[in-house]
Amino acid sequence: MSPVLRLLAKRLVTSMIVLIGVSMLIFSIARVIPGDPARIALGPNATAEQVENLRERLHLNEPLPVQYGHFVADLARGDLGISLYTNRPVTRDIAQFLPATLELIFVAGLMMIVIGLPLGALSARYRHTWADNTIRMVSLLGVSAPAFVWAVILMLLFAYFLPIFPIAGRIANMHVVPSITGFLLVDTLVAGNLRAFGSAVSHIVLPAFALALSGIGQAARLTRSNMVETYDRPYIEMAQAYGFPERRIARRYAFRPSMIPSMTIIGLDFAAMLGNAFLVEAVFAWPGLSRYGVAAILRKDLNAIVGTVLCISALFLIVNIIVDLITAYINPRIRHSQRA
Amino acid sequence: MQRTLYILLRNPMSMLGLLLVFIVVFSAIFADFIAPFPAHRGAVVDFANFNRAPEWPYIFGTDLVGRDIFTRIIYAFRISLMLGAVVLVIAVPIGVTIGLLAGYLGGWTEYVLMRLTDVFLSIPPLVLAMSIMGVLQPTLTNGMLAVTAMWWPWYTRLVYNITRSEKEEGYVLAAEVIGASRLHVMFREILPNCVPSILTKMTLDLGFVILIASSLSFLGLGVQPPTPDLGSMVAEGATYLPDSWWLTVFPGLAILVAVFGFNLVGDALRELLGADQ
Repeated sequence: MSPVLRLLAKRLVTSMIVLIGVSMLIFSIARVIPGDPARIALGPNATAEQVENLRERLHLNEPLPVQYGHFVADLARGDLGISLYTNRPVTRDIAQFLPATLELIFVAGLMMIVIGLPLGALSARYRHTWADNTIRMVSLLGVSAPAFVWAVILMLLFAYFLPIFPIAGRIANMHVVPSITGFLLVDTLVAGNLRAFGSAVSHIVLPAFALALSGIGQAARLTRSNMVETYDRPYIEMAQAYGFPERRIARRYAFRPSMIPSMTIIGLDFAAMLGNAFLVEAVFAWPGLSRYGVAAILRKDLNAIVGTVLCISALFLIVNIIVDLITAYINPRIRHSQRA
Repeated sequence: MQRTLYILLRNPMSMLGLLLVFIVVFSAIFADFIAPFPAHRGAVVDFANFNRAPEWPYIFGTDLVGRDIFTRIIYAFRISLMLGAVVLVIAVPIGVTIGLLAGYLGGWTEYVLMRLTDVFLSIPPLVLAMSIMGVLQPTLTNGMLAVTAMWWPWYTRLVYNITRSEKEEGYVLAAEVIGASRLHVMFREILPNCVPSILTKMTLDLGFVILIASSLSFLGLGVQPPTPDLGSMVAEGATYLPDSWWLTVFPGLAILVAVFGFNLVGDALRELLGADQ
């Protein structure tokens, strides 16, 4: 078995253990809720009998471990229960709202990598110059405000004062696009509707950028500090002594090895976006999972809360596994080793 | 110590950081003397002056019920700093102890404790705090609890990594050889070597706790009105953009200033420690 595959197998097992832990944690958080969820769901006008029926149906009368057992058994069948508020299966609700959030996070993640890494590399290449200082200042500013502050500022600047981008939503109302993947950027292209695609792009720019800003700052800072450290290595000095072009040294000898420690943190940042998307979606009225999640929390909709958090955590773990695999692939010590 | 101060004072970035932190902390402590309208931190209504654009004496304008935004920002700093301090005072000892135990004892203890830490780290921070706040009543105390619950694992990770490399060092072996107890080795030998990293992280984190707490209240899951809070001020004002921009812009910038200040100082400290090693 190749080392990368072995690593994948090992990571999958650990992740499963962690995911079970997460489900237990979330489940117990959701069940210490004060007040009777059945009563909350049915409203004050329900009879005691109706409440009792619902409690029975939700297994609320049984001890906590038994409730967890039911929950896992249902989960294995892909059933997260019924949302007490929308009255639909939680899995269907999530399937409806998740693509919008994922789309936002993908674009933001792309911005983070495409803007953050080069900025950091530039900063390290021209370290201790004004360019470096400016980049460091800007990236620290990016990290220093929550996504909703950036969202509000960007919206004010580029949607109101300079009306370049639309204020809210995912796409202009006039465009009707058949939903295939749920990702509007993909669906509009599949439908061949370029104007709708343009509308979707212009809608996603501001929210994605607001979401990406702290990640961009983090990625740039990290890349810089790792690269500056790498620049002190003897092999860089050797390359310089041989007269290799500075650009090649920066790219091949300084940047590449510095990526290995950066990747892990970038994975964490990507995952943090799953949480921060809640803030950005609220500002830009982005119809994603977060609105559903916040509403669920405010309404004490147990199944929906557990489902949303579990789904986000699973995504988080998947992202981390992918990052680990990429790291393993970049790192020749793991790629060529006999045991991972 | 003198050298530390000298380096800090020579770097313009860390000077700016110290200045910002000083402004935030000073105004929070002496809020009662600085705030032009101390009564406006509570549930005061002054409809004659509601939703005013910034002008004297309301330098940051007034909110929808006529309270001075500048006053409310200063009192919000006070609450945010208090929240940050309490969270760190609780979270750091818990995280550090677990990290020391896992790193030094190894074996099953390590496996169980670190998987537990992974569980907490696998839920995006904000989402974990949100789900806890969703279950509890949104009060200041519960907000602290929710943020604490998501904060300790980071210190566990940090201390765990240091402990694992430190326990191979000669001084630890020496202590073990002369028969020092495990507790002594962990808390008297290894811990002091973790302190610089812990303190640096705490400085940076004071800013991030403020950031996360404001995010929670922005979503309506944090401190409740009439208690002044930067996050809920932004949330309230967001519906009145762009006309009443001062409702959101000033509280938003206040968060930025506070967090930026702590980050600059934390960064400077980190660089200093790196240079010392």
